[in-house]
Amino acid sequence: MYAFNYHRPDTLDAAAAALAGAEDGRLLAGGQTLIPTLKQRLASPSDVIDLGSVPGLDGVSRDGGAIVVGAMTCHSTVASSPAVRDAIPALASLAECIGDPQVRNCGTIGGSIANADPAADYPAAVVGLGATVRTTRRTIAADDFFTDLFETALEDGEIVVSVSFPVPRRAAYAKFPNPASRYAIVGVMVADTASGARVAVTGAGGSVFRVGAMESALAGRFAADAIRDISIPRDDLNEDIHASAEYRAHLVGVMARGAVAAAVG
Amino acid sequence: MSVTVSMKVNGRAVSEEVEERTLLVEFLRENLRLTGTHVGCDTSQCGACVVHVDGRSVKACTMLAIQARGADVTTIEGLAKDGDLHPMQEAFRANHGLQCGFCTPGMVMSALDLVARNPDPSGTEVREWLEGNLCRCTGYHNIVKSILAGASAMRGHA
Repeated sequence: MYAFNYHRPDTLDAAAAALAGAEDGRLLAGGQTLIPTLKQRLASPSDVIDLGSVPGLDGVSRDGGAIVVGAMTCHSTVASSPAVRDAIPALASLAECIGDPQVRNCGTIGGSIANADPAADYPAAVVGLGATVRTTRRTIAADDFFTDLFETALEDGEIVVSVSFPVPRRAAYAKFPNPASRYAIVGVMVADTASGARVAVTGAGGSVFRVGAMESALAGRFAADAIRDISIPRDDLNEDIHASAEYRAHLVGVMARGAVAAAVG
Repeated sequence: MSVTVSMKVNGRAVSEEVEERTLLVEFLRENLRLTGTHVGCDTSQCGACVVHVDGRSVKACTMLAIQARGADVTTIEGLAKDGDLHPMQEAFRANHGLQCGFCTPGMVMSALDLVARNPDPSGTEVREWLEGNLCRCTGYHNIVKSILAGASAMRGHA
């Protein structure tokens, strides 16, 4: 790891100022991606701005018809939160299957979505549940947030504050994990919401994406066999040593049907 | 640049001058000479470096020492009291829960976080919890047995 200047601001304004004043600043949330990246010298920022002392970013609350998760809330807190388990059990179980217990004790939702790893779990929750991301400047709809591989709509100096998940009628997440890393080879969040059915896929493409054909079919009838004959094209899907594009396309169908069956109960 | 990092380790207040980029595991091993916390993979996979920070198990190779500033840290050295092994350590000894022993400090620290959340885990729950702890002697069977026995002892069924 190369040397860097370390900052530990105690307000979001101070964090934004430290970021603006740095030649090449990076925000540190839970550090479960950034620190390994620094150790491998894949990143060498001039300044690291630790959000660990900014108050008000950590915790889960119920806000009317939504569950609001602070950006610095770690995965284990989401997984064990009575409010999340009661309102959106699919979100709790998704958080429960990220990485391993020690990663879940450090890694945060804000860090995960800002990093936008194509195989991360949270993007499927954010898009699948139709969440809204609140930042230091604005609110961003889930469908506009993830733009490409490791790319988001966040502008320079913009910091994620919280994510608001509308409570669905029912939802479930099904994941085919890489057995070593526990990243999603394919993960699918399906939700039956007031504004229709949503199907969001992580792990399969460069970025999380929705499957419109499945959503239309589920809007007609929210049942696993309603999407039985829908396949997704393998074009543009990820292909690596873990799985071919064709296999990932197949898994999207399997995971989506499994998720619908779990949501129906 | 260096910075003063203060925290409590195994109940003792410590303060060291270190570079900002110093990892918590380096701080423990090299500054404090607490070498019971091991570095195995150094890539946050193997769990040999698991310690508790404010009561939660973390991988000390994937946290900066300065992130633990002001925290209450417990390492494997902080478990035995007056020369008596902690019940979880004793369970590993009694059940032959180790072969080479390299992964053991992390296994024990991870197990204690599980038992704090779930005092009476099933064998399956123990195996799932150990996702982040690797044993290259393939000694998992006795490790699971040890953790179940340790949990039982901690519930008062010695």
